[in-house]
Amino acid sequence: MLNWLQYLGRSGEHIFERLGKATLFLLQMMCGLATLFKHPRLLVRELYSVGVLSTAIIVISGLTVGMVLGLQMYNTLVDFGTEDSLGPVVALSLTRELGPVLTALLFSGRAGSALTAEIGLMKATDQLSVMEMMAVDPVKRVIIPRFVAGVISMPLLAAMFSAVGILGSYIVGVGLLGVDDGAFWSQMQHKVSLDRDIINGIIKSFAFGIVVSWIAVFQGYDAVPTTEGVGRATTHTVVHSAFAVLGLDFVLTAMMFGDN
Amino acid sequence: MLKNMEEHQHDKVLVQIKDLHYARRSVKILKGASIEIQRGKITTIMGPSGCGKTTLLKLIGGQLRPDKGKVIVQGQDVHSLNNEDLYLLRKCMGMMFQSGALFTHLSVYENVAFPLREHTDLSEPLIRTLVLMKLEAVGLRGARNLSPTELSGGMARRVALARAIALDPTIMMYDEPFTGQDPITVGVIMKLIRLLNDSLGMTSIIVSHDVKEVCNISDEIYMISDGHVVGQGDPSDLMHSSSGWVKQFMNALPDGPVPFHYPATPYSEDLLERSG
Repeated sequence: MLNWLQYLGRSGEHIFERLGKATLFLLQMMCGLATLFKHPRLLVRELYSVGVLSTAIIVISGLTVGMVLGLQMYNTLVDFGTEDSLGPVVALSLTRELGPVLTALLFSGRAGSALTAEIGLMKATDQLSVMEMMAVDPVKRVIIPRFVAGVISMPLLAAMFSAVGILGSYIVGVGLLGVDDGAFWSQMQHKVSLDRDIINGIIKSFAFGIVVSWIAVFQGYDAVPTTEGVGRATTHTVVHSAFAVLGLDFVLTAMMFGDN
Repeated sequence: MLKNMEEHQHDKVLVQIKDLHYARRSVKILKGASIEIQRGKITTIMGPSGCGKTTLLKLIGGQLRPDKGKVIVQGQDVHSLNNEDLYLLRKCMGMMFQSGALFTHLSVYENVAFPLREHTDLSEPLIRTLVLMKLEAVGLRGARNLSPTELSGGMARRVALARAIALDPTIMMYDEPFTGQDPITVGVIMKLIRLLNDSLGMTSIIVSHDVKEVCNISDEIYMISDGHVVGQGDPSDLMHSSSGWVKQFMNALPDGPVPFHYPATPYSEDLLERSG
């Protein structure tokens, strides 16, 4: 019993210590944001590697999710004779929930893990140390551009996911199952609100962008500089990001849509 | 800060390490080491693996903070400087890491240009000239378009050396420059260290455990063991030292003050316990 309590206390202490370290690291990044004005090319390069190179997985996933959603929703709605509502149902599901959440999970698996591995390996091979010795702050030079690129990319990728998903459901619903074309778009236009649904979805994905990018760069920077340490840090990025995104999604959904 | 550094630019002692203590977790690595690095000379810190040689370089560069003691570089107490002043001081330092630590996403040329681009507003043609000069000095001008993954270990260290001297530092630190290199590369690196030190008026600090190479190149040697300085002097002084530590190290004896066996219970007790 005593051992168990000891273990619990030690684990709790470790979690709080890591949280404190991660918070200080976030503050350090916030203080150094101005560096991007001095080196905008660094941000552009990271936007390409974090954002542009993630578009393939986002587009393919968005399209298939939209197609499946269209098919499943049609089968349910047609029983009630409301298959014309397919457009708004799919659009609301995607813009409010599936777009931001699935994009964040895919992003953490594709770009987040890559960021952690890259930074962790730079640490393990003394590249961050040598930068410090050259009087170049690695947080400003390496970490901040990657973090900001992640934060900017996430809402754009989520918007892309939702748009392609709607297109996928249109192909299945209108193209294959015979839902009325006009009803699909007009109902969507009528039911989906810009500020309540689309803007809230963007705010969600922006929040996910901060959390996932923060976890990814922190795990890399704080990784034990060994092969095993970098591998463990990469796994932590994916697992912690998934928990953080799902937990934060509930909180944000309750705040945004909990009043009705 | 700059004014203070200028005041000390003619001091005979460039780096002063006073009663330095450093522990990693519960393991005490340095237990009161005191060292003086003379300006313009090649000083080597020697000692067995794990005795804290690389740690000492990181303490001089301000990457680690000591538990007790001081490191004074050009009149500046390294560990009392704020971040801005520490970075300013580091511009006067160059360091060649054991692994080379080249940026793998940049070519050889871009690696050497990196500190110039970060710290100067020089035009591209001028940066090109400087990079080619540094690469010529280490004999790798022809390898400028290669990627670090295409270089041998020796070439990677020479590129790292070219990058470290890009800003013409006052102090150059070498972490195990000869380890794992073939005899030709060792000869090349030795020649480069001596040549750069003398021609650029630098002060060099080498951390190494390669006795023969170090004795050939160093003006002064400090020997560290068990966290203390156990021997000091020019190479011939150390070769004829009466200290047990120094003798064991210089003559590569397997047993002596540095024991062959890791601390353990007596062998017979261990065997009996197992059979019982």
